[in-house]
Amino acid sequence: MSGLSDKTLGKRLIDSPLLSILVFCLFIAGWEGAVRFFEVPKIVLPTPSAIAWSFWHGFDDDNLQWHLAVTMYEIVAGFVAGAASGLLLGFVIALSPLLERIFYPYVVAFQTIPKVAVAPIVVIWFGYGVASKVVITATIAFFPVLANTIVGLRSAPHDQIEMLVTYTASRAQVFRMVRLPQALPYIFVGLDVAIVLSVIGAIVGEFVGAKAGLGYLILQKNFNFDMAGTFAILILLSVVGVGLHWLIGLAQRRIVFWLDMSGNRVMGA
Amino acid sequence: MSQGASQKIVPMIPPNSAATLLRIAGLEKIYKAKDGIDVQALQDINLDIADGEFVSIVGPSGCGKSTLLKILAGTLERSSGTVAMRGQSLNGPSRELGVVFQAPVLLPWRTVLQNVMVPIEVQKHDRARSTAKAKELLAMVGLGGFESKYPNELSGGMQQRVGICRALVHDPSFLLMDEPFGALDAMTRETMNGELQRIWSESRKTIMLVTHSIPEAVYLADRVVVMTPRPGRIVDVIAIDLPRPRRLAMQNTPEFGRFVAAIRRHFSSEGVLDA
Repeated sequence: MSGLSDKTLGKRLIDSPLLSILVFCLFIAGWEGAVRFFEVPKIVLPTPSAIAWSFWHGFDDDNLQWHLAVTMYEIVAGFVAGAASGLLLGFVIALSPLLERIFYPYVVAFQTIPKVAVAPIVVIWFGYGVASKVVITATIAFFPVLANTIVGLRSAPHDQIEMLVTYTASRAQVFRMVRLPQALPYIFVGLDVAIVLSVIGAIVGEFVGAKAGLGYLILQKNFNFDMAGTFAILILLSVVGVGLHWLIGLAQRRIVFWLDMSGNRVMGA
Repeated sequence: MSQGASQKIVPMIPPNSAATLLRIAGLEKIYKAKDGIDVQALQDINLDIADGEFVSIVGPSGCGKSTLLKILAGTLERSSGTVAMRGQSLNGPSRELGVVFQAPVLLPWRTVLQNVMVPIEVQKHDRARSTAKAKELLAMVGLGGFESKYPNELSGGMQQRVGICRALVHDPSFLLMDEPFGALDAMTRETMNGELQRIWSESRKTIMLVTHSIPEAVYLADRVVVMTPRPGRIVDVIAIDLPRPRRLAMQNTPEFGRFVAAIRRHFSSEGVLDA
């Protein structure tokens, strides 16, 4: 009997976020203890408490909120520009096989160029300000949205299209009533990849040359051997990335609600 | 085989000789294969369907019954022959048709009511009046109160009923049904047969039901068109003069059994069915 209740308790522990929080706390405590015990120099690995300290004081000493705002603007503006152009070109290519044959090889060729290698050119063209980072972010966010839009718009089941055609639907009606809704789950996969890549895009841009932003701040901290400060910014960046990913997921669950209903729930959803 | 080819089917004059709604004459369909060996799916199909008639088409897999239905629905081009509705040649999809498919083919992002309204939206009919009509139809098939549910909240039988409502909502004169109950379990299927009979008698639509269940064909139809494969052709048209309304128990009567046996004989003589 006690075995049964133990099992349910164990199962409840696995289902709740408690377990992962517990593991996190143990990890942090182990880190802190190990660095102190082995007397690791702080320019190699700072203690979690030093990172927390640096994070806390960053808002006063380094004007962290200003740099965060700059980077957030670059991420969001670049994402919106890249996703919008990916969607637009995706629609055009999915609807016209001719335009696909003309443009798609160049799009793929452009995609294979590492954006890190292009970033210095973009900075020379668009300057050290925010604009060059928005452009770099947009070029990175563009492709996943484009590729998923094309696949999505072609994913509509044949029987749904045939059903509409027997009811005398026009091409435009088939597009609006079946192709577009069927493409939405794919488009959201593209947006989700794009938003995470956008964070990388903005930081890459700032590394090449910038006057503000979290990437700029990371470089500054590195020059001063302030490892705790660098770690603090990295944590802030991952919080930004997770938050944006969560926002996309929220929008997806609202808009593509019928996928959640069919029972194939993803873990942690 | 030579007997089948020489057996010329004369278009039958339907019972009570009502006005002809649909006339199929000399219809052929040949699928061009890539390897050069063409497949004749339909050979010399001649059939007149009267206004308000219930016709079942029965035959084994590959007899071309679904091909015939796709041509009538306008999603497949015929190789030769004519199809005319009230004397007007039918080329492509028509607003006069309602089609019920093998699978319900509902759109998962639309509610039950929005799914039923698909033909209304496509054909830009009056929305307010059609909404009332759609609700009426849903109530008729026992789905009153389910208007705002989504398809994946319904059972297979309920989904197929939504599909039937969708086929009727724009008030077509001709209802095409392509093995609509094939995916349902036997019990649900019998219930649906009873409902279809009721829908037909209440709406006075002309119905063509494609099925491979002989009892289903006999139970519902005024006439049963018997088709055999390779090449797909009509080998017999049998008038079912059983009284209406028909009850499920009627399937146990000797008259019913004689019709079923007569149809089954066609398949066993063709060697396509172990009867």
